[in-house]
Order: sequence, then structure tokens, then C-alpha cells
Amino acid sequence: MFKLVRQIARAGICTEAPPSVEGVDVQPSTIHDEILAILGQALAIREVDAGSCNGCELEIHALNNPYYNIEGRGIKFVASPRHADLLLVTGPVSRNMALALRRTYDATPAPKLVVAVGDCGCSGGIFGESYASCGRVSNVIPVDVAVPGCPPPPLEILRGILAAVRQRHGVSARPDASGVRTHAA
Amino acid sequence: MTVRVGDLDLDARRLPAPLPAWHAMVDDATWRALAVVVSADGGRLVSLWSSDSRPGGLAVHAALATAHGLLWAELALDERATYPDLSSTFPCAGRMQRAAADLCGVQAAGASDQRPWLDHGVWSESWPLRNPPARHREPRDETGDYPFVRVEGDGVHEIPVGPVHAGIIEPGHFRFSIVGEKVLRLEERLGYAHKGIERRFTELTPLQAHRLAGRVSGDSTVANAWAYCMALESALGLEVPARAQWLRALMLERERVANHLGDLGALGNDAALAFGLAQFSRLREDWQRESREAFGHRLMMDAVAPGGVTHDLGTAAVVRLHKQCDALAAELATLRAIYDEHAGLQDRFIGTGRVSPELARALGLTGLAGRASGQPHDLRHDHPWPPYDRLAVRVATSLHGDVAARVAVRFDEARESLRLMRELLTALPAGAIRVDLPTPTGSGRGAGWIEGWRGEVLVALQLRDGAIARCHCHDPSWQNWPLLEHAVIGNIVPDFPLINKSFNLSYSGQDL
Repeated sequence: MFKLVRQIARAGICTEAPPSVEGVDVQPSTIHDEILAILGQALAIREVDAGSCNGCELEIHALNNPYYNIEGRGIKFVASPRHADLLLVTGPVSRNMALALRRTYDATPAPKLVVAVGDCGCSGGIFGESYASCGRVSNVIPVDVAVPGCPPPPLEILRGILAAVRQRHGVSARPDASGVRTHAA
Repeated sequence: MTVRVGDLDLDARRLPAPLPAWHAMVDDATWRALAVVVSADGGRLVSLWSSDSRPGGLAVHAALATAHGLLWAELALDERATYPDLSSTFPCAGRMQRAAADLCGVQAAGASDQRPWLDHGVWSESWPLRNPPARHREPRDETGDYPFVRVEGDGVHEIPVGPVHAGIIEPGHFRFSIVGEKVLRLEERLGYAHKGIERRFTELTPLQAHRLAGRVSGDSTVANAWAYCMALESALGLEVPARAQWLRALMLERERVANHLGDLGALGNDAALAFGLAQFSRLREDWQRESREAFGHRLMMDAVAPGGVTHDLGTAAVVRLHKQCDALAAELATLRAIYDEHAGLQDRFIGTGRVSPELARALGLTGLAGRASGQPHDLRHDHPWPPYDRLAVRVATSLHGDVAARVAVRFDEARESLRLMRELLTALPAGAIRVDLPTPTGSGRGAGWIEGWRGEVLVALQLRDGAIARCHCHDPSWQNWPLLEHAVIGNIVPDFPLINKSFNLSYSGQDL
């Protein structure tokens, strides 16, 4: 136990400042306030892998490491869509997963935000559309924000999540050609 | 040339690859006999797949690991489209044969399980790898009913889990039959992440397809990209510069360490030691950031490319990587001591999810999980290709086969990888990091065989007229998923996440 406590003390706190969103620096307290203003509680995220290569999952895991301290900012990942405010969806949507993704979306209560993560989630990526792939996430469920990158690093994913929350807060969004509001890196 | 396997003489062609590999055309009788002698000799089935690379060209392929190297046996099929079953000799062939049936419409005659595996009934085509292209069908909206094996008796009930899981995990379905808390049976249903990778390969040019190989399973991007490049370079009969080989090995070891760090943290967390997750995920983040610095990408995607690598290391980077290895070795020693001495953690780890060496041998458990159950195979040691021929890799093994053993093997392997990386950095040869590959024009075959962090990865490539006729990527998860079903028998349901994580198998890598 002594070694464990010593290791905690030695490693210290490595949390870094949050990223800027749409060119504006965001303070931890601002994130807190915005999430509270919209939801009145912590932001609950349900992650859905709809057919990714698992690269995006690795970076979403990384988002949960101490450097990003997202729980300290009022964002947590939950085990059920029924507890979620936001779905974080990766992958080109495989046809074998399309039904499960739609059902997950249906089971999610308002505000039902959706962030598509990764080049595949944005456009189908290198896998494209085929007999087995529906391509981009917005081909299957409505998407609020799409975060490009293969995979996008944790900060980009966090920016996408915050952008989705802000958009529902009334900040205007710029739809791209596909009708999906893309959050550019 | 003639290759002798057991008492069989085969007319085989040596493939120009850094690891010993042969290709042989076989007939029905030899197909069966070969499996039997390889199995009797202590060899293993690495992969089984089907192809239809030209009209009327249906075939099944088996890649067998023998003491002398890899033997790629190809059996041409006639319009009957059946071939002798191998699952009675190599149980792990079962699901691969079911996948071959779904993709090419070829049947293993006499196989005990003929249920579909990848095809859930919602694809817009059936037999998508057939040539000429497959038959269109009206995709159904609902996935079809799957006949799970039912367990019956007083007090038995089922828990269905997935395909959307509670954690940040890939999609798959687990059907538990339990009594009280005790698991009587687990049956997996996978294929949810199938996104048509193997057909996509045939739509890419050979010089760009390494990017797709690097996205077969994101956690093994270096292993798969290297295996693909090795297969392509082998098909073209080209060698890459020494410095490129060393940098590839450096990245492969970095990938191994990154995954072991992630798993060791998650395993602590699954046994309620959040400290472990915090510490290891911090170390993993440092590691990934340095990978970005040195090789241009946090997971090193696309850094291995046909002909070599895309990023060279300057002197400063070599010094930095060296220091990082030293620092991580010290951190790992500290954390290992904490894990080893933590009674609560060890109570959850020891004896949980055990696969005995006998069962591992009989069912073909492979890679890291295999080594934790007394199967001492590691390509870096068994068939050391450059630069591993200069490194004398020490293979980490255990005979216990439980979660604790898979944790211990991860610690041992991470430490060994750090040693290997320091050797690689110290003696990194000078010279070019990449040669330009000519645009392929002819036909040929190549094999790439790499010991990834999870186990052996195989890429079998067939080129025809300069294009990819077939590219099969094999992930060791194929072998290990069925063993997970055995590992959980008699354990309690709450230990399943822990056992599952201790294997950490790829869904995407097996679903393709």
C-alpha cells in the first residue's frame, strides 16, 4: 500500500488545459457551465462501435486518461444508451451493425446528440460503401457533428463533443455539403 | 522442389520471403493428409481461406506452421465447391470454414457446424468474393435468427450481451447460459464488424493497399502493414534496406508495448484497482505522444509502407526513444511490484479464466494467450527474420493459463521489448529507409508472417496482371475466440469482463 501511495504522489497530477473550441479557448469552468446550462447534469456519453477497425476506440480510451481529465469536467461514459445524452459513433456502419445502431439511437432520450468519430464515421473512409458497409454514420442515423481523422487524436474528439453541446446551446453551425455539421480540426 | 512433411512428399515452391515459406498445389487427399501430419508433428493451422480470383478459379487455402516454416497449401475446387473438412484435425478451422462458405459459397464436407458465421442475412449480395461478382439479393432489415446451442435444465437461464457492449469495445454478441452466478456455457456470435475488407483489397492498387492492411485491426496496424508489405515485397522478389527493417521492428515493438500498457491498466481497472488504469493509461499516453513525434502518428498508422518506412529517426530522436525505454522500464518494475503485492488484485487474477496447456494445445490457442498456457511459439524466436536474427528474443511463457499468467506474460514481454528496442536503437544501421517499388505488372504470390502483439499475423497475397486478385489477412483472434468460451466455463459472470480483457481479442481483425 505504501508503494502504491508513493507512486501516486510521485506521478503527480498530469492533467492538461482543455482544448480551444472553434478558435475560442475554453476554461474548465466554462465547459462545466455550458454542460450544466443545457443538461442540468454531467454529460453522459454512450460509445457505439458500428464497425470500426478499433483505432478510434483506442483514442476514445485515451480520452479517458488523466491527461484529459474529462470526468473532472463533467463528461462521463455510460453503459447504456438509456442513460446517455450523446452517442459517440465510430466506424463505417457495417450492414451487420446498422439495426443495432438504429435501435441504440431509438433508445437514447433527448437531447440525443450524435458525434460521428473518424474518417470512416465521416465518409466511410478507406472502407467506403459496399455489400457489407453502409459507409458514413449519417447514412444510418442523424449526426450533429462529425470529427475527421484516422483516428482523430483525443483532443479532436473532445472538441467534437464540446462542439455538439454548444451547437444545441444555440451557437450557430455551418452545415457542409452532406448536411452534416463538420467540426474542422 | 520437393518438401518432405512427415511422410508426405510435396511439390512446393519456396516463396522469396524473409521467413521460410512455401506454396504447394494439393489435391483432396493431400489436403487432408497434410493437416494430419502437421498436427501430429506439433504444427498448427495458421489460417484457412477461400478465393475465386478468376472465373472458375474457386480454391481453398490453408497456411500451416511447421517446424521448418510456413506451408501454404492451395486446393483448386471444381463446380461442386466442396472440400475435405479440417476442423476434425484443427478445431480452430471450424469458424474459418464457415466464413469461407459465407464469402465464396464453398463447403467443408462433413464439418459438424455449418451455420453461417459472417453473413447475418443483411448483405446486399451473397458470396461476395465469388468471381464473376456475386448474386444480388434484397437485403433484409432484420438480422436472421441464429440457432444458438441451448443449455437446458432446472434454474438455467440465458444472458444475451451485445452487439453494443457496456464499455468502449468493439461489437459482438455473447450468449451466456448460467445457473446462479456460474457460467455453464458461453457462445459467441461475431461478424458484426464485417465491412468487406477482403473485397476492398481487390479495388486498391498493390502500392496503396498497405493502408487498408493497416486498418484491419487498429491496435495491430504496424503488424498488419508490415505483413502486407512483406507479402508484396516477397511477391515482387524485392528486399528493403536494413535500416528500414530495423525501424519496422522498432515500431512493431512500440506497438506491442503500447498494447500491453493499455491492457495492464484495463485489467487492474476490471478488478476494481482504478489506480492501475490511471497509471498505465498515463504511461500509454506518453508512449503514443512519442510515437507521434518520432513516426508521425500516435498509432504509427501508414508509417510502414511498401519498400520501407516513411519516417527516419534523427540522432535526437534516437536519444529520446532510448531514454523513454529506460524510464518506462523503471516505471514497469515499480508497477509490477505493486500489482504482485496487491492481495485484492491477485485474488481476482489467480485461477480465473484458466486454459490448461493441454486444452490450449488441443484447440490451438496461439500468440500471447497461448504463451501464457504453455504454448511457446513466437515467430521472432522460432523463425527470426531480420533484424530479429540479431537479437535473440527471449520468449515469455507460463504454464498457469489464468488471468494472472496473461498479466505476467504481458509484463515479461513489455520488459523484453524494451530491451530489444534499446538494442535496435544502439545498433541502428545507416542508409536508406525506403526503396521505390516498381508498379507491379505481373502475377505472383507473396506471404507476410509477423509476430504482432496478440500473436502471429499472416497476409497471403495473390497478384494477377499487376492487380490484387486476393489478399487475405489473418488475425490470431480467429484461434483464440473459441478458447475464450472455454476459459469462462465455471467462472462467475462478473469475472467475464476481466477474462475477456486478459485475452483482448480483435473483433474487426476476425470479422474483416
